[in-house]
Amino acid sequence: MQCSVFTVTILESPLKYFGIWNKYNLQVFTREQLKKHGRLDIILFFVLKDCTVFTRKEILRLYHRYRALAPQIVPRHFNDSADIKLPLELISEVPELKENPFHQKILQVFSEDEQENMTFNDFLNMFSVLSDLTPHHLKAYYAFKIYDFNSDNFICQSDLEVMLSKLTGDELSGEEVQLVCTKVMEEGDLDGDGKLSLADFEYMITRAPDFMSTFHIRI
Amino acid sequence: MHNNNRNNRANANKKLKDEENKKQKQANNKSNKKAEKGNKKDKRKKGKSSSSSSDSSNSEDSLSEGELAKVLEEVEEKKKLVAILRTKAWRMKRKLVTLKESQAFIEKFEGALGKGKGRRFYAYKVMMTKKWIKFKRDFENFKTSCIPWEMKIKEIESHFGSSVASYFIFLRWLYGINLILFSLTFGLVVIPEVLMGLQYGSIPRKTVPRKEQPTAMDFSVLWEFGGYIKYSALFYGYYNNERMIGVFKYRLPLSYFMVGVGSFGYSLMVVIRTMTRNARESGVDGDDGDFNFSWKMFTSWDYLIGNPETADNKFASITTSFKESIVDEEENQKDENVHLRRFLIVLANFLIFCCLAGSGYLIFYVVKKSQKYSALETLTWYQKNEIDIVMALLGMFVPPLFETIATLENYHPRIALKWQLWRMFALFLGNLYTFLLALIDQVNAQLAEEESIKNKTLAMMNSYNSTNSTSERIPAIDPADFPRGPCWETGVGLEFTKLTVSDILVTYGSILVGDFLRALFVRFINYCWCWDLEYGFPSYTEFDISGNVLGLIFNQGMIWMGTFYSPGLIGINILRLLTSMYFQCWAVMCCNVPQSRVFKASGSNNFYMSLLLLILFLSLLPVVYTVMTFTPSFDCGPFSGKAKMFEVIMETIQYDFPAFIGELFGYASNPGLILPGILLMVLAIYYLNATSKTYEAANLELKKKMQMLRDEQKNRRNNKNTVNPMLQDLEDLLPNNANVSKLELVKDEKVIQERNKKGTNQVVVEKQPTVTNGVTKTNGKHGKEMALVPPPPRMVVTKPPNPRQASHLLGQPRSGTPGSGPRRPPPGQPRH
Repeated sequence: MQCSVFTVTILESPLKYFGIWNKYNLQVFTREQLKKHGRLDIILFFVLKDCTVFTRKEILRLYHRYRALAPQIVPRHFNDSADIKLPLELISEVPELKENPFHQKILQVFSEDEQENMTFNDFLNMFSVLSDLTPHHLKAYYAFKIYDFNSDNFICQSDLEVMLSKLTGDELSGEEVQLVCTKVMEEGDLDGDGKLSLADFEYMITRAPDFMSTFHIRI
Repeated sequence: MHNNNRNNRANANKKLKDEENKKQKQANNKSNKKAEKGNKKDKRKKGKSSSSSSDSSNSEDSLSEGELAKVLEEVEEKKKLVAILRTKAWRMKRKLVTLKESQAFIEKFEGALGKGKGRRFYAYKVMMTKKWIKFKRDFENFKTSCIPWEMKIKEIESHFGSSVASYFIFLRWLYGINLILFSLTFGLVVIPEVLMGLQYGSIPRKTVPRKEQPTAMDFSVLWEFGGYIKYSALFYGYYNNERMIGVFKYRLPLSYFMVGVGSFGYSLMVVIRTMTRNARESGVDGDDGDFNFSWKMFTSWDYLIGNPETADNKFASITTSFKESIVDEEENQKDENVHLRRFLIVLANFLIFCCLAGSGYLIFYVVKKSQKYSALETLTWYQKNEIDIVMALLGMFVPPLFETIATLENYHPRIALKWQLWRMFALFLGNLYTFLLALIDQVNAQLAEEESIKNKTLAMMNSYNSTNSTSERIPAIDPADFPRGPCWETGVGLEFTKLTVSDILVTYGSILVGDFLRALFVRFINYCWCWDLEYGFPSYTEFDISGNVLGLIFNQGMIWMGTFYSPGLIGINILRLLTSMYFQCWAVMCCNVPQSRVFKASGSNNFYMSLLLLILFLSLLPVVYTVMTFTPSFDCGPFSGKAKMFEVIMETIQYDFPAFIGELFGYASNPGLILPGILLMVLAIYYLNATSKTYEAANLELKKKMQMLRDEQKNRRNNKNTVNPMLQDLEDLLPNNANVSKLELVKDEKVIQERNKKGTNQVVVEKQPTVTNGVTKTNGKHGKEMALVPPPPRMVVTKPPNPRQASHLLGQPRSGTPGSGPRRPPPGQPRH
């Protein structure tokens, strides 16, 4: 919403904002580029660029991916996309998410409204968090939110069981699941309250050698 | 507004310190400024159309020095906020709002303070890091794609566990070694001989004898490596003893000898280097088992996976790795009857010893029998191949027997695999040694035969010489008719080649019959059978790691031993390894099932390597023995005519090197020099061994210390948690949650404190450096969080305070009576 308000204010006197661009000097646009993408989306790019780790090109690429999910709903041009929402089922058609055993929870974490919809901004935010330039603590925070299946701000025994069944497809026997869950708790639970808090989780995950490389989607 | 409240209170008390007054003044000033700024902002909003340059000049006019500095700080703060905005875990909406606000702010005030040049550099830096990261990843991918069969092995690993994959990794490694040995042998020996040496049929050793010529192209003969194959460059006997061949004056005999020595040297070096590297690697990341399960749980899924097939593999590999860890964990928790276990272990070892002795005797018996056969003229196929068949049968049936016996011991599968490997190693070693003994018998017999033939030939030549004129002696006899010795070197090479080929056939045959046909039978007959074949009796086979690894190791031993006498053997081995890589990969994926207890392979393949080193050493012995003791055949091979093979070195030194090198060599081979050299080496080994032991001990000590430290840390955290509720109970005992010690607690003072609690919080807010104001203004919610940063406590605190306590302590002196000394606890006094 805020985004669209912003664009509207800019609409009033677009020329004035060329001043901003020159000052930030982020990108010099050619006339063709302006023609191709329109002025508005370039302004939007500024905004989105500072909110995410992406460059203009990457944002555009993500936009095309977003659009490919529902070409009849999402307009071809980037400018007035802020109002568009896609249902989560559509979003989960992205191949990386489709194969991911946790995709429902991931989409839930990143979508901002309760009606199971996702705007392009949310979509962008999700990929920004999952990109490889995002710092450790942010990834750890979102990973915690994703793995906290019952959303009680703790990863508890039931979360672990859910996760294990998603990861191994119920191949492990009940005893084995119990063993694994108790071991995870034993290892990670530093304050001894029987569940993993965000601090515990972060302590554990920042020491994992391949967390940064596995919690990552290339765009 | 809060400030006013506080002022009132302070006035009422009239006991504030000077410092606080100062601070308050500052705060007041600041609040005024804020108001000014607000006004300015409003103005700006109204007059947005005016250019930014005029804005800046305006603000410059209106701002004083100090204010300018403050604005600068704020702008910097905002910029920083914008820069780190992408790393904040906020909702997109909130990010956008914050961004908009701070950008507007910067836009307004930056004009006064110069341009944001840092941004361009920052953007450039970010771009470069991005590119660098991408490049690194692409390079990694490229490197992985360059490793042959990596994907195949990964796939197998995901379904069958790291233990099965370790076999294939070992196979690949051996293939690499063999490729290098192959290029050495073929590049420096076989190809020069074929290209530059004399042609086939030019001299007796390069011609099939007249007697064998009618059958030389028969398949049955060729299959036994007789006929044309026997008299080809693949075997020792074909090589000529001419010192230099071709236009390049290539010294073939020397090259032959050096390649033989060099391939052993290279193999030794590579095996040892790999072992040390593996040991080092496994030493570095040996045990980071603190979070073993947690990491498996939380970081094993790769979010990059977008391909259903890969995803299936990943699920399988995650399950497998969990199972591996579970097996390890269960092993740690196991405890049982020690006496029974010991008894069973002794029993199992006794049974296995009996098996080994029995099979050893069987081989001995068969070898004896075959020596009797050699006296006979006509041999049946069975009689000819009896040794091979018995050895193959033993190799097929004894290992499963061992495995069955080993279940008595009930070891962890990884340890059980090691035992199994050692036992089978002993079995195969017995086989190998009886085979070698038989071979040496054969060589001795052939040497005796050769002696007589040599005499006969010489006599014939002499008679020929005496009858004919010396000029036309050679062309008179066709090379095929020339009498020749048995050439024991070629005989040895032939034996090894035959053994290798039969080994290949047995291996592949057993895979086809034992795995593939069985799998077909189980799969398809299961539809019309009275019990469940898949889960019942025959079932599918498991991949036999120990058998395959040992097969590979012994095959390699054969190659090392045989290559000297049969340069072509290494080529056969290359083909074997290549085909078996594909064939076995297919067989594993197609007709095997994972073990019931999938277990993790030990971190390094060093166990396989040490077996390989042992076999390398053992195969070095017979070769060196034959080279050093036996006289080479007089009419075949590159060393014919010499008393010993190694004389080729002396010859080279004598003819091709300057004289002083020969002298040097003579000195160096003096026992007076060699013995001290050996002594020195022994001393060095002793010293290095001692130091490495010291390091090991130190390492262990450090590990222990680290473990202790970790435990302590954990305990402390736990204690804090257990202490905290205790403290809370204590607090509950006190009325109104005051955290002041009981002794000095005066009731009215406490009431005042209660009343002023809110005030304290605000004071803390204003103590923050002015810079944060911008932030607190933009995201109001965070103002409170900032306030929680505890300023240094003024009193001596014996307990580590949590933030709340700190704020209380802070509040106390201000609200209470700071002038009255005795009310404060004296330093160091216990407070409860």
